[in-house]
Amino acid sequence: MILDFLDQYLVNGLVLGVIYAMVAVGFTLFFGVLNIIKFSHGDVLMAGGFAALLAHQTLTSLGSELTIFNLIVTIIFAVLSMGLLGALAARFLVLPLKAAPPLNTLLITLMLGLAIREAVRLFYPNGSNPKPFPRLLPDTSTTLQTFQIRTDSLIIIFGGLGAILFLHLLIKNTRLGLAIRAIAQDSETARLMGINFRKIVLGTFALGSGLAALAGVANGLYYNEVNFSMGLFLGVVGFSSAVVGGLGSILGAIIGGFLFALLQTLGAIWFTVPAYKDVFAFIIIIVIMACRPTGLLSESSSDRV
Amino acid sequence: MNRTLLLLIVCCTCHFGCSSEENSSVKIGFIGPLTGGVSANGIGGRNSADLAIKLANSDPTKKNQYELVVLDDECKPNIGIQVATKVAANPNILGVVAHYCSAVAVGTVDVFHKFGMPMIVWGAVLPKITYGNSYPEVHRVNGTMINQNDVAAKFMVDMGYKTWVIIHDTTDYGKGHNKYFSESLEKYGGTILGSFGVTADQQDFNAELTKIKSLNPEVIYFGGITPIGVRIRTQMDRLNISAVFQGTSGIISDAYIEGTGPLAERTLAFREGDAAERLPGGSVFLEEYKKQQYSSPPEAYGPFAFAATNLLIAAIENTGSNRERITKYLNQVRNYDSVIGKITFDEYGQNMVPLITKFVVQDGDWVIWEQSEYKSGERNLSQKP
Repeated sequence: MILDFLDQYLVNGLVLGVIYAMVAVGFTLFFGVLNIIKFSHGDVLMAGGFAALLAHQTLTSLGSELTIFNLIVTIIFAVLSMGLLGALAARFLVLPLKAAPPLNTLLITLMLGLAIREAVRLFYPNGSNPKPFPRLLPDTSTTLQTFQIRTDSLIIIFGGLGAILFLHLLIKNTRLGLAIRAIAQDSETARLMGINFRKIVLGTFALGSGLAALAGVANGLYYNEVNFSMGLFLGVVGFSSAVVGGLGSILGAIIGGFLFALLQTLGAIWFTVPAYKDVFAFIIIIVIMACRPTGLLSESSSDRV
Repeated sequence: MNRTLLLLIVCCTCHFGCSSEENSSVKIGFIGPLTGGVSANGIGGRNSADLAIKLANSDPTKKNQYELVVLDDECKPNIGIQVATKVAANPNILGVVAHYCSAVAVGTVDVFHKFGMPMIVWGAVLPKITYGNSYPEVHRVNGTMINQNDVAAKFMVDMGYKTWVIIHDTTDYGKGHNKYFSESLEKYGGTILGSFGVTADQQDFNAELTKIKSLNPEVIYFGGITPIGVRIRTQMDRLNISAVFQGTSGIISDAYIEGTGPLAERTLAFREGDAAERLPGGSVFLEEYKKQQYSSPPEAYGPFAFAATNLLIAAIENTGSNRERITKYLNQVRNYDSVIGKITFDEYGQNMVPLITKFVVQDGDWVIWEQSEYKSGERNLSQKP
């Protein structure tokens, strides 16, 4: 009976995997470049979802009815605004604390996350209520024999993978990417070689936060709903995925994200009580961490980012 | 020199402290969820209580001037205990109108009892809050989930539905709904195919809903409050589940309709008491509420908060500033005329409101079942519009 609905589980698992991977890649980027853990990442994702909602409402109030145009503008606005927020956070909160113990950075980003969450709740009109997210993707479905897949799920999966691939190519093949990798390896030497440390760090934070915004939009499009607390769980899952994949490695973060989604899906299929799925997934993550404390793709300094 | 300065500061503080206590206005506490997922209801209740205070203060026949001390329980039991203790420990506050969330109220009644603080629950529906103890201080103007679920189960079975799946949150509130609805449903002959407990902050319900889809029930019963109600209803649509969505008083809010948009259509829910506009003093209440230009609506339980505050004011007017006498007065309340109809407390302090109103969402509004096009047969509950 369960196998009848395998397609549902599979598609849901893949969408979740993509969203988790996008969040995890952000964590891994920040850690790679500055050796810090930015705990406000989940809330940036949530704020990205709300930024998209705001952009869409503005567009429709201006009379724009072309869905594809609205979708693109909405995504661009969310990504750019969160990229800016990420860069500002790096400039005013993270960089000034560079010489301080890592615990301070961790705390300050935790506080930033709380501030973002509360700001959305208090200042977005009726922000404490769940908000419907517009259906900007086609809700038709394709049937392949017994498999039924909705078009919007497919777009989210491939869109997300595309974004991660784009980021990967950017880091591997551009001057910016080279500079990011150089700083990740050895920031002192990179600076001596004439790389503008501050600019690159801000750029990295903007990139990671933009990706989180995209994950927020994907989340909104998938569930057709955004709420101020949705970043909490996604932040924890993204962080766990990044750690289990090996902090500092982009491929590791992707593997971690999909692994977590796979574990949740297996948990959901196996247990008659679906609520056990998260417990199951986190227990397996703990076991993996116990066996491989540095993550699945253990970090070697040359591989970072 | 330093010592003189210190003395001066101490004197000043004392002076200001004392002067504020000399203020002749009588203080009444209000506790509800003003932030967090169900804050829409909390703020509606707060505004309604505030309205009661304002009306009393503008009434020349009243002996006292009143002041509302508002505190936020965030719908979290631990915060609830903190603020309840803060209110109860303040001797200047004579009574409190408290709690929308059952999980909070069930913990704080002990605090109020310990401090001898007369309290009236304005929104929480878990039976245990009044029936689980014999504290004379604890009263409740709204009904409990026992009557609500009994009426709901009978109504649905009479409509011809046979199979249910239950989703409930795992707080005392959700578990209570699960328990009382299951009991009543069994009594009337409905079948429960499965029940799923979910956490109150869960985001993804695909796992539960996929299992539910394979069970193929006619009705999905949801025992919980608005935020996850919105998520479940929205995600049902993604999985193409066309079962009737039956909620409880916990989702009767404008926020539910706002959050689910057009999917809210044909959602059913049940609540004790009548709709505000059909209540005896309902139209006056809504008119006065409008006059104050609050930024948000009173929501479903606003009239109850208004009635509770008025009742507390009446108690203080009749007995003076003494918590014990206020408690005694409240325990003797019989047939008290209020915006929600007559209030009569039984020996547990529970108002015996026999009336349960059935609601269905029609064109973006909670419409009373009897007045809906679903009742008249123009629309069909089991069919997507």
